Amino acid sequence: MSVNINIKNAIKRYGENTILSGLSVNIKEGELFTLLGPSGCGKTTLLRMIAGFNSIEGGEFYFNDAVINQMSPSKRNIGMVFQNYAIFPHLTVRENVKFGLKNRKLTKEEMNQLTDEMLRTMQIEQYADRLPEKLSGGQQQRVALARAIVIKPDVLLMDEPLSNLDAKLRVEMRSVIRDIQRSVGITTVYVTHDQEEAMSISDRIAVMKDGFIQHIGTPKNIYQRPANTFVATFIGRSNMIKGQLKFNNQESILRIHNTEFKMTTLKKSVNQNQDVVVSIRPEEFYITDDSTQMKGEVLDYIFLGLNTHYTVKLESDELIEIVIESSIDSIIQPGTHIHLGLKLEKINVFTQDGKENLVTGVENDNVQEKA
Amino acid sequence: MSKKKLDIWTTISFVILITYVLFLIYPMFNLVVESLVNKETQTLSFEYYQKFFQFPYYSNTLINSFKVTVAVTILTLLIGTPMAYFFNMYEIKGKSWLQILIIISSMSAPFIGAYSWILLLGRNGVFTNFFKSTFNIQIPDIYGFNGILMVLTLQLFPLIFLYINGAMKNVDNTLLEAAENLGYTGLRRFRTIVFPLILPTILAGSLLVFMRAFADFGTPMLIGEGYRTFPVLIFSEFIGEVTGDKGFAAAISIIAIGITTIFFLVQSYISNRKKFSMSALHPIEPKKISGIKNVLLHLYIYLVIGIAMLPQGYVIYTSFLNTKGMLFIEGYSLMSYTQAFDRLGNSIQNTFVIGGLSLIIIVLLAILIAYISVRRPNILTKFIDTLSMIPYIIPGSVLGISLLAAFLTPPLRLAGGVTIMVIALVIRRLPYTIRSSAAILQQISISIEEAAISLGASNLKTFFKITVPMMSAGVIAGAILSWTTIITELATGIILYTGRTKTLTIAIYTEVIRGNYGIAAALSTILTILTAGSLILFMKFSKNKDLSV
Repeated sequence: MSVNINIKNAIKRYGENTILSGLSVNIKEGELFTLLGPSGCGKTTLLRMIAGFNSIEGGEFYFNDAVINQMSPSKRNIGMVFQNYAIFPHLTVRENVKFGLKNRKLTKEEMNQLTDEMLRTMQIEQYADRLPEKLSGGQQQRVALARAIVIKPDVLLMDEPLSNLDAKLRVEMRSVIRDIQRSVGITTVYVTHDQEEAMSISDRIAVMKDGFIQHIGTPKNIYQRPANTFVATFIGRSNMIKGQLKFNNQESILRIHNTEFKMTTLKKSVNQNQDVVVSIRPEEFYITDDSTQMKGEVLDYIFLGLNTHYTVKLESDELIEIVIESSIDSIIQPGTHIHLGLKLEKINVFTQDGKENLVTGVENDNVQEKA
Repeated sequence: MSKKKLDIWTTISFVILITYVLFLIYPMFNLVVESLVNKETQTLSFEYYQKFFQFPYYSNTLINSFKVTVAVTILTLLIGTPMAYFFNMYEIKGKSWLQILIIISSMSAPFIGAYSWILLLGRNGVFTNFFKSTFNIQIPDIYGFNGILMVLTLQLFPLIFLYINGAMKNVDNTLLEAAENLGYTGLRRFRTIVFPLILPTILAGSLLVFMRAFADFGTPMLIGEGYRTFPVLIFSEFIGEVTGDKGFAAAISIIAIGITTIFFLVQSYISNRKKFSMSALHPIEPKKISGIKNVLLHLYIYLVIGIAMLPQGYVIYTSFLNTKGMLFIEGYSLMSYTQAFDRLGNSIQNTFVIGGLSLIIIVLLAILIAYISVRRPNILTKFIDTLSMIPYIIPGSVLGISLLAAFLTPPLRLAGGVTIMVIALVIRRLPYTIRSSAAILQQISISIEEAAISLGASNLKTFFKITVPMMSAGVIAGAILSWTTIITELATGIILYTGRTKTLTIAIYTEVIRGNYGIAAALSTILTILTAGSLILFMKFSKNKDLSV
């Protein structure tokens, strides 16, 4: 049975240090919910509060309608995967997986059957009777996952489970975790600092910074319509360029240095002339022959096969990065002057303080008061 | 063909090997020969061994030693294990002070505890008299088996504590959390997770306690009375003027080594099968508990440590009492100290000279041996490594006897001098220091040395400029610990000493035997101050306050 996790005004203090000051989030039943943010943002702290390993200084944690604040970690029916796997080194793979089942009211046969099934699902049955230290990182990760899921927990918590693996295994394990989570349909809270991992795995992502949630949304929405400049720069790469908004005769004009663009994506409520920060992802530029567009000079390039990345200096002396699909023609050489157009429907415009996206389409489930 | 140049480390390996052959293999071989050769007929015979097993008067000492050693090992485990577990799991008031007290009590010489307990609970002991006159209660006799058991348990449980305390530091908190997450808490979690994880350490600690208790000579000598143990028999057979029989003593020594070897092998066999590597990314954080549990926890810990410290405290107290002949009388003064300095002042000097020399050689050899066995593993260095562990299973008195017998006559006549005392201490303490140095070395990546060599440094330069400095903090800490065991050593010294080379511990022992309790107490207090001082030094040098043995 899966549950809905509702957290209201969570407060966490370590002595004088306040890590979380009133954080609220609602995690839906059966979804894979990721807490994403730089280290020290409070994501692991929040996860450990859900698990019961950190005390809760304020607020309520609900599993469905039940408050779990005071419930002991052993009673919460949570499966947890630790960053270092926390596999018991003195038990074989099979004994590790079976460990949690011994606490359920199961017969020996049922226990063995469940264990064997899980070993098969996770493709670790051939190592079943080995000690964990003989296993590779990826295999250990599978054991940890198997051990956490086999007890059929209400909630699965994963604390940076892939950070100790090499790049290739990481990608492989992502889909393993995703598939298992989908097939079991268990509410999962996943902590990571790797935005690519978060994008590839999550139903929804909460981007956190300094103990506050910045944006909760689907990977697509967070990438395309970030709630603020922090999210825009933390998720993917964004060029942040200075600009001005001007309104005349029903037209909204975005002016970047000497070039003007007609904007159609701005919120209706935005009608004041103001300085703004324009967030343009490298792939939202295109090179054009149109000399009315932005001017720039190529400084450097990196050829990456599919795409070629160029570093370009704008007239305003701002340095930007653009990505163009590699063509069979020769690469544009440093020193070349080019004109850059913008895929206007894709770019985002933020208030000068960076706290609000002025473009429509931001879907932020964050119920928290703005910091 | 060019002649292969000898690597400097190969040369060093050979020098170490020769040293071991001369001062360990030869004396041991000599001992075996003596135990097998009849003095009068000069023929091979097993008569000494037959004699031992034939007469219960002799063979019973073996059973006695066995009983007392097994009982001590079990009791120390039962006291030390929960204490170390609680220390790591829960917040305890005055934890760091308690830890220092535990370490100090582990470092004192056992026989000092024995004689202090006699003063407290013996036939004319302070407590005995008090209970008799006030409540008319006769306290159970502390002489014999019970006394040895009590003294050695209180003396050795700190070792178990320190071992397991160290192991608990390596248990990753997430393992405990994972277990709790899967529904295991309290005693069940201890049984299923914590206990198996620290089992190799428990075994290693038990072995150490077993060896110490089995080889301890001073305690049964003072408090054992009719309950004669193995080391007492060896000593009396070897030293005894009338009954003394060196061949017989040699045979008993060989039997003793046989027994310790068996236990050593059994222990290594079991722990090798249960071994796995652990290192804690997230150490366990002690939790606060409250209510009756908290009270009981503190009561248990303070009571045990209090009792363990009692003899030390009482010795220090009596050192300030006035004495008349062999009796303590009313009033306080420094009388005992002035007498001690007058008569035995040179024993303090001897302790520093002999102990200091030994320490320097131990550290030097330990670093070299650790280095060749960790960094240059080959047949030769593996053999040296094995050789260096042999003293671990040789009881101190046996080592003393073998050295004395081997170097009593020319060409190498060392008996009676400082050299033989130093050699004995070096051989006895070396295995421990090698082990700790090797552990430190294993944590230093070899690529750091390779970097130095690739930058043009020679082998020796790399060793002295890179490796040794990186090891130094750990080695110095280890050396200070060695120092404390060196200055409290008795079993070997008592056989090898002469009037000129009497150390503090030996002086205390002889004064106790003579009944000069005042002087003994004063010297013991000086010894305690020396050990406590070394401990403070250790704390300064080692970055973390935790002592790992």
